Amino acid sequence: MKGFPLLRRILQAVVVLWAAFTLSFVILYLLPGDAVLTKLGSAEGGPSASPAQIAALRAEYGLNDPVIVQYGKHLLAALHGDFGTSVATGDDATHQVLTALPPTLAVSGLALVLAIVFGGGIAVLGTFTRTRWVSQLLLSLPPLGTSLPTFWVGLLLIQLFSFQLRLFPALGSTGFASLVLPAVTLALPTGAIIAQVLAKSLQTQLAEPYIEVVRAKGASRRRVHFAHALRNAGLPALTLVGVVAGNLLAGSVVTETVFSRDGLGRVTAAAVTAQDVPVVQAVIVLAAFFFVVLNLAVDLVYPLLDPRVSVRKEVPAHV
Amino acid sequence: MPRHTPPRPGRPARARSRFAFALALPLLLAACGTAGGASPQDAGPPRPGGTLRLGISSNPDCVDPQQVSTNASVNVGRQLVDSLTDQDPKTGAITPWLADRWTVSPDSTSFTFHLRSGATFSDGSPVDAAAVKTSFDGIKALGAKALLGSSYLAAYRGATVVDPATVRLDFSQPSAQFLQASSTMSLGVLAPAAFKHTAEQRCQGTGLIGSGPFVFTSLKPNQNIVLSKRTGYHWGSPLWRHQGEAYVDKIDFRVVPEPGVRSGSLTSGQLDAITDVQPVDEPQFSGNGFTEPVRPNPGIVFNLHANVTRGVLADEKVRQAVSKGVNRPEVTSTVLTPNYKPATSILGSATPLYTDLSKELAYDPAGAQALLQSDGWVPGPDGIRTKNGQRLSASVLFSAVFNQNQSVLELLQQQLRKIGFDLKIELHTNAEVTRLQQAGDYDFLWYNVTRADPDILRQQFSTKTNNRSKLPADNPLDASLTEQSATVDAAKRKPAAEKAQRTIVEQAYSIPVFELTQVLGVGPNAHDVGFEASSRLQLFDAWVSAS
Repeated sequence: MKGFPLLRRILQAVVVLWAAFTLSFVILYLLPGDAVLTKLGSAEGGPSASPAQIAALRAEYGLNDPVIVQYGKHLLAALHGDFGTSVATGDDATHQVLTALPPTLAVSGLALVLAIVFGGGIAVLGTFTRTRWVSQLLLSLPPLGTSLPTFWVGLLLIQLFSFQLRLFPALGSTGFASLVLPAVTLALPTGAIIAQVLAKSLQTQLAEPYIEVVRAKGASRRRVHFAHALRNAGLPALTLVGVVAGNLLAGSVVTETVFSRDGLGRVTAAAVTAQDVPVVQAVIVLAAFFFVVLNLAVDLVYPLLDPRVSVRKEVPAHV
Repeated sequence: MPRHTPPRPGRPARARSRFAFALALPLLLAACGTAGGASPQDAGPPRPGGTLRLGISSNPDCVDPQQVSTNASVNVGRQLVDSLTDQDPKTGAITPWLADRWTVSPDSTSFTFHLRSGATFSDGSPVDAAAVKTSFDGIKALGAKALLGSSYLAAYRGATVVDPATVRLDFSQPSAQFLQASSTMSLGVLAPAAFKHTAEQRCQGTGLIGSGPFVFTSLKPNQNIVLSKRTGYHWGSPLWRHQGEAYVDKIDFRVVPEPGVRSGSLTSGQLDAITDVQPVDEPQFSGNGFTEPVRPNPGIVFNLHANVTRGVLADEKVRQAVSKGVNRPEVTSTVLTPNYKPATSILGSATPLYTDLSKELAYDPAGAQALLQSDGWVPGPDGIRTKNGQRLSASVLFSAVFNQNQSVLELLQQQLRKIGFDLKIELHTNAEVTRLQQAGDYDFLWYNVTRADPDILRQQFSTKTNNRSKLPADNPLDASLTEQSATVDAAKRKPAAEKAQRTIVEQAYSIPVFELTQVLGVGPNAHDVGFEASSRLQLFDAWVSAS
């Protein structure tokens, strides 16, 4: 195994995907009610359907099978990329999720860029500047950013930039302009976390003895800060990007609702509410897949930043 | 050596977030007051062309009018199909549409429709007797997938093509309600070609071929649904304001779930009209160029439907006291708005054959207390009455299908506490409510049903159908419910329908509270956005001014 760390990683990934699939199935199964009852119950006044009609509908969606048979069927089909048909919409679950993916990726991607640029910028400037009040101001922004509720920020941005100034559309997912407000909303908490972690580790690095050495060798303040401290401080922040990607996905539930956009967040929220097992599982497996891939990518980037870390061998306990 | 002062994040953050609030508040307030500088446009004459951008509150899971039952979906589906008949929103009378005349057998088991000539589906095929038969058979085959349609066709036996322009539909028992049902979009006619596609495909718009004034164009989930004007359409219902093609070229239904964003988008001109205006947003659309069309839903009003086999609700006097203890005008004037009407019968005032029972449903807390006292219920230490150790308490089962449900029920809880009745509020998911409802495991059910025909009472109360009150076989209600279902003659039907409403209110099988009302917001550029008899949107006459 030791010679094939990549192979091991992939095996781990498969296990993670399977666990996500199984766990979500179990949770949805344990919830009271099922997708058919939810679908019928969404009609005002409740169902006027006869018990026989309901039974027929449940049979059609395979909900009358024993749970282990349902699980087996789902798992087998999922291996072929087929998560089944959405009970709520009648659409193919995989298709539904894949259609919702691009708008979410667009917003999350832009949000990630904004978060890294502004979050990173604030951390670097806040620790670099010599003016004390500027430093304090900048470094107090991240806690503010994490404590503002996304929902509220989104509504505020819409109110100001769409309803009042009419610079950006309040709704829809067409065109770049529609990306801006949701991406800013989503970037705020994410950028704040990046800024907090990066600022903290920059401060730690700047207090390390090696900085004294570099400085003694006559390096400029800028060189000390950017070429030495930042490079080392970047590692924890990079690890964070993997985690943050998950946050972006979770945050998209809120931003997509507030900004009336299509996307994975909306699809997920609707599917969970409707106990629409096929769609929920397609989303979860996709999310788990992204998570695994992203973290793998982060691991692969480590050695570029820190030569002490290598993918080939296990990280030794002592350097 | 430079010194780094670690920042103290906690304090300044809190101070600044308060500052941000202070900054934002006036902004929000200002936004509430503004009408976005829009000035009222001249309202007429109607102008063809343009797109009507209509904000709706939830994503329609399905757009096939025959299958849908949620409010967001019916408003889309209604525009795509024509029905055999139409219903006059003012009088409730059934009027011609695809059928220009019809006859009903004396026992209301057989309906013969004579179709008008010239109507075609959007694939070019004619709207003839064979197509009507295929469509009705198709709805019946959908079963529980067509919740509304299959309940209308519960006794449907089949259709017979008498000649290309005449079709006869037969029922296994008297079905007077079917005449009104034939005017709903749930029984709207789809082309035979539509049934070559699966129900799921039609839901997503594939093969959704109707003869309506608009044709399905595109659907993006959680985004929008676009319908286009059917060119050459000339078989509209004579009830409509104009004939020929619809005015607008396109209707763009935009899904905007957040109510504040919906109303803000309307005031800032990003939408032309919106549905589901929330009570808190209503003041924005009075005067200043905006209009606020409203229509109460016909059918069963929002009510506490009692299960008479459960606990204290088995006692008729207790149920009657609860009805007297509910202050209906307070519900509409505090939690809701004056656009909503207090219930004056179990049926909404827009329902044909509705009877005004406002006297019987007047607020009478003293009467309620006297009734309970004489029945042996005495106030306990916590103010809730008891009798032989039993507390005067019942729970109400509901889901959040209507946004204000929770606040309305909380108000009812306070009102009933004053007469010594303890109402427990139980919020559940749709699935859970459905399950408990099917199992009969509830004290009170909280719901409403939209239907522009008194037969909805039979659906919910009769021991032969849903029997939500769990009435015994020998009850004073069944006879009048059956009687009203036996004839389409309004004059003969009216006494039976009135008797049914009276019995329900007097026996307090259910406690009516308020009428669900559709509240629209319409911008200065949009005109004649109206309702049909079932309070669904009818957009044939709608038009937009040149901007």
